[in-house]
Amino acid sequence: MNTDTQYLHQVAESDYEHGWSTEIDSDTIPKGLSEEVIRLISAKKHDPDWMLESRLRAFRHWEKLASDTDKYPRWAHIQYPNIDFQDISYYSAPGNKPRYDSLDEVDPELIKTFEALGIPLEEQKVLAGVAVDAVIDSVSVATTFKEELAKHGIIFCSFTEAIENHGDLVRKYMGSVVPYTDNFYAALNAAVFSDGSFCYIPAGVRCPMELSTYFRINEAGTGQFERTLIVAEEGSYVSYLEGCTAPRRDENQLHAAVVEIIAHKDAEVKYSTIQNWYPGNAEGKGGVYNFVTKRGICEGAGSKISWTQLETGSAITWKYPSVILKGDHSVGEFYSVAFTKGRQQADTGTKMLHLGRNTSSTIISKGISADRSNNSYRGLVRINKGAENARNFTQCDSMLLGDRCGAHTFPYLEIQNPTAQVEHEATTSKVGEDQMFYCQQRGISEQDAIKLLVSGFCQEILTQLPMEFAVEARKLLAIELEGSVG
Amino acid sequence: MKSILNIQGLKASVEGMPILNGVNLSINAGEVHAIMGPNGSGKSTLASVLAGNEDYEIDGGTVDYLGTDLLDMDVDERAREGVFLAFQYPVELPGVSTMNFLKQAVNSVREHQGLEPLKAAALLRLAREKAALIELDARLKQRSVNQGFSGGEKKRNEIFQLAMLEPTLAILDETDSGLDIDALRSVSNGVNQLRTPDRGFLVITHYQRLLDYLVPDFVHVMVNGKLVRSGGRELALELEEHGYDWIQDHLPE
Ligand SMILES: Nc1ncnc2c1ncn2[C@@H]1O[C@H](COP(=O)(O)OP(=O)(O)OP(=O)(O)O)[C@@H](O)[C@H]1O
Ligand SMILES: [Mg+2]
Repeated sequence: MNTDTQYLHQVAESDYEHGWSTEIDSDTIPKGLSEEVIRLISAKKHDPDWMLESRLRAFRHWEKLASDTDKYPRWAHIQYPNIDFQDISYYSAPGNKPRYDSLDEVDPELIKTFEALGIPLEEQKVLAGVAVDAVIDSVSVATTFKEELAKHGIIFCSFTEAIENHGDLVRKYMGSVVPYTDNFYAALNAAVFSDGSFCYIPAGVRCPMELSTYFRINEAGTGQFERTLIVAEEGSYVSYLEGCTAPRRDENQLHAAVVEIIAHKDAEVKYSTIQNWYPGNAEGKGGVYNFVTKRGICEGAGSKISWTQLETGSAITWKYPSVILKGDHSVGEFYSVAFTKGRQQADTGTKMLHLGRNTSSTIISKGISADRSNNSYRGLVRINKGAENARNFTQCDSMLLGDRCGAHTFPYLEIQNPTAQVEHEATTSKVGEDQMFYCQQRGISEQDAIKLLVSGFCQEILTQLPMEFAVEARKLLAIELEGSVG
Repeated sequence: MKSILNIQGLKASVEGMPILNGVNLSINAGEVHAIMGPNGSGKSTLASVLAGNEDYEIDGGTVDYLGTDLLDMDVDERAREGVFLAFQYPVELPGVSTMNFLKQAVNSVREHQGLEPLKAAALLRLAREKAALIELDARLKQRSVNQGFSGGEKKRNEIFQLAMLEPTLAILDETDSGLDIDALRSVSNGVNQLRTPDRGFLVITHYQRLLDYLVPDFVHVMVNGKLVRSGGRELALELEEHGYDWIQDHLPE
């Protein structure tokens, strides 16, 4: 038995230790994946027939992939033990099940972070999985929020609600950008996903507020296999935020989410993520494996999709938010900060697939590695035959804190049209000694100087984030840097 | 008179190569000392060693700063204790906002002095006042520290920081080089207003011109890592007239 399955066992056992397994029994299904399990999940979700069919198709495909070990995704610059897919439970009822009776039982490190972030006590409890009796403010916030959106004809709801109330839209778009045949984890997700978010912006509507899944965290919780679908009709605009800075612990080790974005003519979708899942202890044990497929399609002319992400969490992150630039004059952007420390491994980047004429894409990636972590950028820019006058600008900067960590860059270019203009810049630096000396000569401590310089290094990306998110992101980075210098 | 700095027989080297070969210098509160000397004689090295740059090995000597052993303190500790170095070549800090940088610097010093940290509004007010003192273009404060600044703007920004931090010992390393005539005058004016009875200045320069504005109490000449001549402000005038060869030819044995 390898350490990984041992770990999964430990989780199962420790859960039992905390005395909540009986409570949750009624709402989980046996470990393992089979057609029967898919049917069971589907029944629990009250799926319509077409949804069940769709799950089964995906499952059969996944089964084929899983039976052939060569098809396991292995190419990322990360190492992880084999995952025993039959040793995972694929359904637990939505909602963060309380695991603890009080905050005293929660990992003090986690509490320290909550406090540093200034998260109110009640929210801390929810995030850490402590039982709360009080009604949390954000539920009422969410209600008024929804009313406001409804006025504009914007749909923003859980995936389950969307299947129930907006079946036509879901059927039309789900899997149109990330089909279940796309990759191993996309197939798995399509078969077993439990919930997620759905967002629809009607033609000509500019969404009046940032849409945040955070508002729904208390309602539905987050699933192990989430699905997000965002459709922006002609000339609409939306800014969507995923995640929050608060570190989230989850009993689920494997996360395989799918995000799909469709932008029609002249529509713009801005998708921002802060990912701060539990990275595991100092040896990297117990952290989340985060294997996500995120892709958007600029379907119509003049449309724009931009991905901005701050990745600090998870033991392993494996994520390439991509854009298919199909419409002429469409624009794709990818702005990323990935910070790794301890034993974390991140392999992240993007794919920009240029199909339309005069399409342009920008990629700016900042990787910061500390301790013994590994941080890779992997990006593909493909310019198809028909993509006249396509442009791409790529900049990958890596910063190393210490000399036991690693930074790697894997840029792939496939250019089939001679009119393409492609620029690539890459730098790797250590925090400059002269910069450190300068800061310290002004009285700033070594720790604070590093924070200042790292946050300066990421500035370009952080300014892409919506205002409050950017403030939180900066705080989060500072906390993550604490003590990870040496 | 109160002693701020007392350097005795200071020797320092880099990678085994001796640069400072026994420097003696004593600065009292309220005094302005100028150091002149040929290129490569060790002036910036002295400044760096006083600031605590660890690139340099201390091979001997002592430095007493306000009654404590300066060489025993870390870089940031020295700064918080009131040692300020206006760099000959200020570095750029990409993406680090000037106001954020100043806030951290000022509040580190204040915290060390047991004072309340300055809030954003108070800091802005202070920054505006000090920027006016040395006629710093207000727009520079909106940018990242030194990033893309012209040579002269960088120098002026150093003095702006000096004014913000109000140190006890201010070391100015060739602040005048790169400044145009008007800038030299306004920066010198600013520095003159910062001359107080409890603050000491060590001003490194190649030019008499600066010393016309910033009239020193003492002038020292560094050659080969040693202060070989000391005198009043007239020494600077003699140097201007005769050059360093004259000094070297007239060294006492
Ligand atoms: N970090 C270093 N590594 C190698 N050599 C150094 C280093 N710092 C100083 N030196 C050498 O020590 C000598 C003195 O340098 P320093 O910068 O102190 O001179 P200076 O008097 O300030 O000259 P200038 O008037 O040109 O500014 C020079 O020969 C220089 O090359
Ligand atoms: Mg010099």
